[in-house]
Amino acid sequence: MSHLVIAPVLLPFLAGVILLLLRDLPMPSRRRIAATAAIGQIVLAVLLLCAVSGGDILVYALGDWPAPWGIVLVADRLAAWMVLTTALLALFALLYAGSGIDRDGRHFHVLFQMQLFGLSGAFLTGDLFNLFVFFEILLIASYGLLLHGGGAHRVRAGMHYVVLNLLGSTLFLFAAGLFYGVLGTLNFADLAVRIAATPPENLGLVRAAGLMLFGVFALKAALLPLHLWLPAAYASATAPVAALFAIMTKVGAYSILRTHTLLFGPEAGPLADLVQPWLLPAALATLAFGMLGVLAATRLTQQAAYLVVASVGTLLIAFGLGTHDGIAAGLYYLPHSTFAAASLFLLSDAIARRRGASADFFKTSGDIPRAGLWGGLFFISAVLLAGLPPLSGFIGKFMILRAALDHSALPWVWGIVLATALLGLIALARSGSLLFFRSHPDKTEVTNRFSPTSQELVPIIGLLALAIGLTIWAGPASNFARAAATQLLQPEAYIAAVLGGAR
Amino acid sequence: MEALLALSIGLLTACGVYLVLRARSFAVVLGLTFLSYAVNLFLFAMGRLAIAQPPVIGAAATSADPLPQALVLTAIVIGFAMTAFVIMLALKSRAELGNDHVDGGGEP
Repeated sequence: MSHLVIAPVLLPFLAGVILLLLRDLPMPSRRRIAATAAIGQIVLAVLLLCAVSGGDILVYALGDWPAPWGIVLVADRLAAWMVLTTALLALFALLYAGSGIDRDGRHFHVLFQMQLFGLSGAFLTGDLFNLFVFFEILLIASYGLLLHGGGAHRVRAGMHYVVLNLLGSTLFLFAAGLFYGVLGTLNFADLAVRIAATPPENLGLVRAAGLMLFGVFALKAALLPLHLWLPAAYASATAPVAALFAIMTKVGAYSILRTHTLLFGPEAGPLADLVQPWLLPAALATLAFGMLGVLAATRLTQQAAYLVVASVGTLLIAFGLGTHDGIAAGLYYLPHSTFAAASLFLLSDAIARRRGASADFFKTSGDIPRAGLWGGLFFISAVLLAGLPPLSGFIGKFMILRAALDHSALPWVWGIVLATALLGLIALARSGSLLFFRSHPDKTEVTNRFSPTSQELVPIIGLLALAIGLTIWAGPASNFARAAATQLLQPEAYIAAVLGGAR
Repeated sequence: MEALLALSIGLLTACGVYLVLRARSFAVVLGLTFLSYAVNLFLFAMGRLAIAQPPVIGAAATSADPLPQALVLTAIVIGFAMTAFVIMLALKSRAELGNDHVDGGGEP
């Protein structure tokens, strides 16, 4: 039993505890500890990815209690892929916070590490109730992070976010309780076995539990019509927090994919493909409405938040196709959309600082100093998000469109994905021209004209470089995504790895 | 006993849903509390209802399932923390926005 599986869960937890104990240290030392932990997390994630890339499924039984009695952590290709994406994103969000945002409130670094703890745990756990616990950990950290910096608009958005997520947690508990009451287990692998063998009189209950669970994950993923909390919450969070939150909706998408393939996969008998009729239409509607929001946004952070909604829509269209190619396309698109959205959140903060009172609102203002540099970075970010060739957004969307070729919903998928790509292009082109071209020489706001700092440039360029790296190494990345999809569609291997000799 | 418990859970859930849909933050917090009571009872009932059965093997002729009790304990702890947090948030929102409307009373 390799301890590597639990390491990405323990490292942020320990770092968070150490940062809490050393809270009186000067800020630069705390930043160094947090950054060291984030780099260590990347190293662990890469090691984990290498360990599972051959197709092995690593199982870690906590306290050495064998499944299905004990809680297990399971690392397969999908989990390692998600942990690595999170770790890379977290490092750059953390570096950007080092530009002074972490001084706006207390315990920023502690909450940040706890958020990473919850995220890694949610990706690696192999137990439904444990997933609930990790959801609560990442949510309670996210409540603190969302309110970081204070202010009336954050409190207002935070109230909605907290109440909605508490309702989601209640629903999650109802679903988990129902699963346990009917099937007598909470272990994913054991659930998969027992769902397939559900006696006919219990089918309704299991179906209800499965759909409740889907509702909870759809709320986390901001799937239409449960997306209304997202734009306000993300647009009012500070930039590094909003950038980190770019992965939060993907936790919901990950959970939908995991339950969809493992619990309600083709082997699940009468309950096979339980959410299939709901997922694709909801995802298509999410993409369409998200992109309308992008068009209607009045400020850049709001636009970035709606782009997150649209990217969740695109991602779940890929997963909703339910085919091997669809899931592979989605898994390639997932890190791309995370990095691109995060870079836009960071960029909009950097741009807002330089526009004085106009902040990131779409209205004419004084010239931005070094507009060429910021405009160039915005251009790359916009090309990524709009899905234009030659960058990874295009490759991801192309893979999704190609995966839809044999699907009965082909006209819907192609129509909506291509039409929204055009809308996104128009909206981003308009934002760019308003922010960078329609400015006037302004001599009043001299105080805001500071030059770019490395704390701003390194994270933004780093995130864009990751997305460009996904373009250059699209071959290996998409091969890995395909291998992960193959593994997901063969749940027997997962079940055998977890239950092993227990059955 | 089954009917009584089912009615209690149903009533708590109904009250909780009604209160959560109110516009004032106090009612919403109460509603969330009712919902968490309902879900705790529900989880408890998922281990089946029985009288005088300890959750220890060998202590009696038949033993109750200890796992739902552990789940309820976890849920209570998390629910308690969340309620404390949401009350603090509601107070902060009352202080910062000047009213206790969940939407903050319109645009500033």
